Amino acid sequence: MQLEALVAVETRPGSGSGPGMWRQENRGRHLQERVVKIVLAACAYLSIFTTFGIVFVLLFETISFFTQVSILDFFTDTRWAASFANPSFGIMVLASGTLMTTLIAILIALPIGLLAAIYLSEYASTRLRRWLKPALEILAGVPTIVYGYFALTFVTPLLRATIFPDMTIFNVLSAGIVMGVMIIPTIASVSEDAIYAVPRSLREGAYALGATKRETATKIVVPAALSGIVAATILGISRAVGETMIVAVAAGNLAQFCVNPLQPCQTMTAFIVQVASGDTQTGSLTFQTIFAVGSTLFLMTLVLNVISYIFVRRFREAY
Amino acid sequence: MATKSDPQTPRKGGPEEGPLFQSSTSTRHALDRIFAVLVFVATIIGLIVLAILLVDIAWDGLPRLSWAFLTSFSSVIPDNTGIYPALLGSLWLLALTGIISVPLGIGAATYLEEYAPDNWLTRLIEINISNLAGVPSIIYGLLGLGIFVNLLGPITGGQSIVSGALTLSLLILPVIIIATREAFRTIPGALREGGYALGATRWEVIKAHLLPMAIPGALTGTILALSRAIGETAPLIVVGAATYITFAPESPLSSYSALPIQIYSWVSQPQPGFQIAAAAGIVVLMIVLLLANSVAIWLRNKYQRRA
Repeated sequence: MQLEALVAVETRPGSGSGPGMWRQENRGRHLQERVVKIVLAACAYLSIFTTFGIVFVLLFETISFFTQVSILDFFTDTRWAASFANPSFGIMVLASGTLMTTLIAILIALPIGLLAAIYLSEYASTRLRRWLKPALEILAGVPTIVYGYFALTFVTPLLRATIFPDMTIFNVLSAGIVMGVMIIPTIASVSEDAIYAVPRSLREGAYALGATKRETATKIVVPAALSGIVAATILGISRAVGETMIVAVAAGNLAQFCVNPLQPCQTMTAFIVQVASGDTQTGSLTFQTIFAVGSTLFLMTLVLNVISYIFVRRFREAY
Repeated sequence: MATKSDPQTPRKGGPEEGPLFQSSTSTRHALDRIFAVLVFVATIIGLIVLAILLVDIAWDGLPRLSWAFLTSFSSVIPDNTGIYPALLGSLWLLALTGIISVPLGIGAATYLEEYAPDNWLTRLIEINISNLAGVPSIIYGLLGLGIFVNLLGPITGGQSIVSGALTLSLLILPVIIIATREAFRTIPGALREGGYALGATRWEVIKAHLLPMAIPGALTGTILALSRAIGETAPLIVVGAATYITFAPESPLSSYSALPIQIYSWVSQPQPGFQIAAAAGIVVLMIVLLLANSVAIWLRNKYQRRA
């Protein structure tokens, strides 16, 4: 292709002669251009269909669910007992479990992840960075089921032996801590990409004004990369809210109001897994319940993401 | 903004603050040293936990790992159980998911960065993709259950490898798209303008200059995305990957198990023998991931040319 372009340029007649040959080639290239554009656009529009698919599936089953269960009870009931003979569906019970694990996770992941991103981008030597970044990427690639195993068989026994002897074997704290560790690389890696993308000239400008390295990093580079850091944090929160396997393995599947992190709780995600692991008849009330819980989960992350998107757009620094 | 400032208030950083600026130099440098240690420790914490996790799992799982474990089918007896069908299932899923998602993801990113006009429709797609990236994986499981397993069941074979791979592809597409777009954005505009000035069309500029430059960044995102796909458990449980399977998958329409599904099923068993089998399964899963990551990182370093 490059060669063809070169040839085209060389055989191109000078300014005086007719441009016939050049035009004919142009037509073929513009046709190719149009086809490529349509194909690529189709890839992009696929995302819209994905969202439609999610909304359609969730709505369809959730509406069937709410013909049998009052929507008011769903949001106000303080008991969750989906598989009992006399079932009650108080989503707040599951939501409290989700909230507790997410809170613990973010308290651990945000400070550590952001500082690590600053170190990688601003402090680490090029050689060290070449080693540390792939190491962090491997940490980001550790499957959640592995973290679940780790929480259950290492962190809980460790905490029980040292700080919290009263802790139950299945508990929210271990799950939340390990979830936080899981999110560190997500926040660090995405923030680091954003920080690294800040142009050198901004840093040099700050140094020229007499700022120290820390001041440049915290007052110039981090604000300039804020959109990426916010995006990283939201991605972290979303992952914590939607994280399933760590809580399914380590937090216990006891649907109770979550106030004590040393006790077991069930999150919304863990409930879906619990039901999906068993044999559930398609179309039954239990089957529809997981879609109703899924809808709630989807709405929560949707609200979160829309807020973050508005935030990112407002503060985005363009270079 | 500057025109509205009150002339009465002294401006920060103005020459009148000169002495203050000078006197704090030593404090600022001391803070700098503390900060340097702090950020280093923050980076190391993650790696220390990773090391502990790897040692813990190797300690539990390596003694159980054997050729028999790799080539045996599931069993109700902890000492006889093996990972063969799950390992094959995961490799099938990985291959199909990669084939489906990578071209779609890079195509979508190219369109959004290089072609899409700045209008409401493009903004809608952008909002939509960043939202999809934040949708919990288990929701994709519900999508797959509703569409690929139930609605398209006659074509996909219901709870089949194809259903699983399609679900995982939709799950990781936003990650690939976002990473590739970021890579496109770091390419200076002058490069495009140079290409257009020479008479190249958009696609020619993209193919000859932009894609090769965007590949390292796109590759990073794709590694992370595919790693995520291999390790995903929740959506596969929902779309019906089997936990107990006595045959190896032979076609994309087979029913299947996958490494993380098998591990989850073992972790949930009360017998200690299954916990150890789970650890051994995790070792296998981590080795598969490590291989995939090493190859991708090697590729990226090979292509990476940093100014």
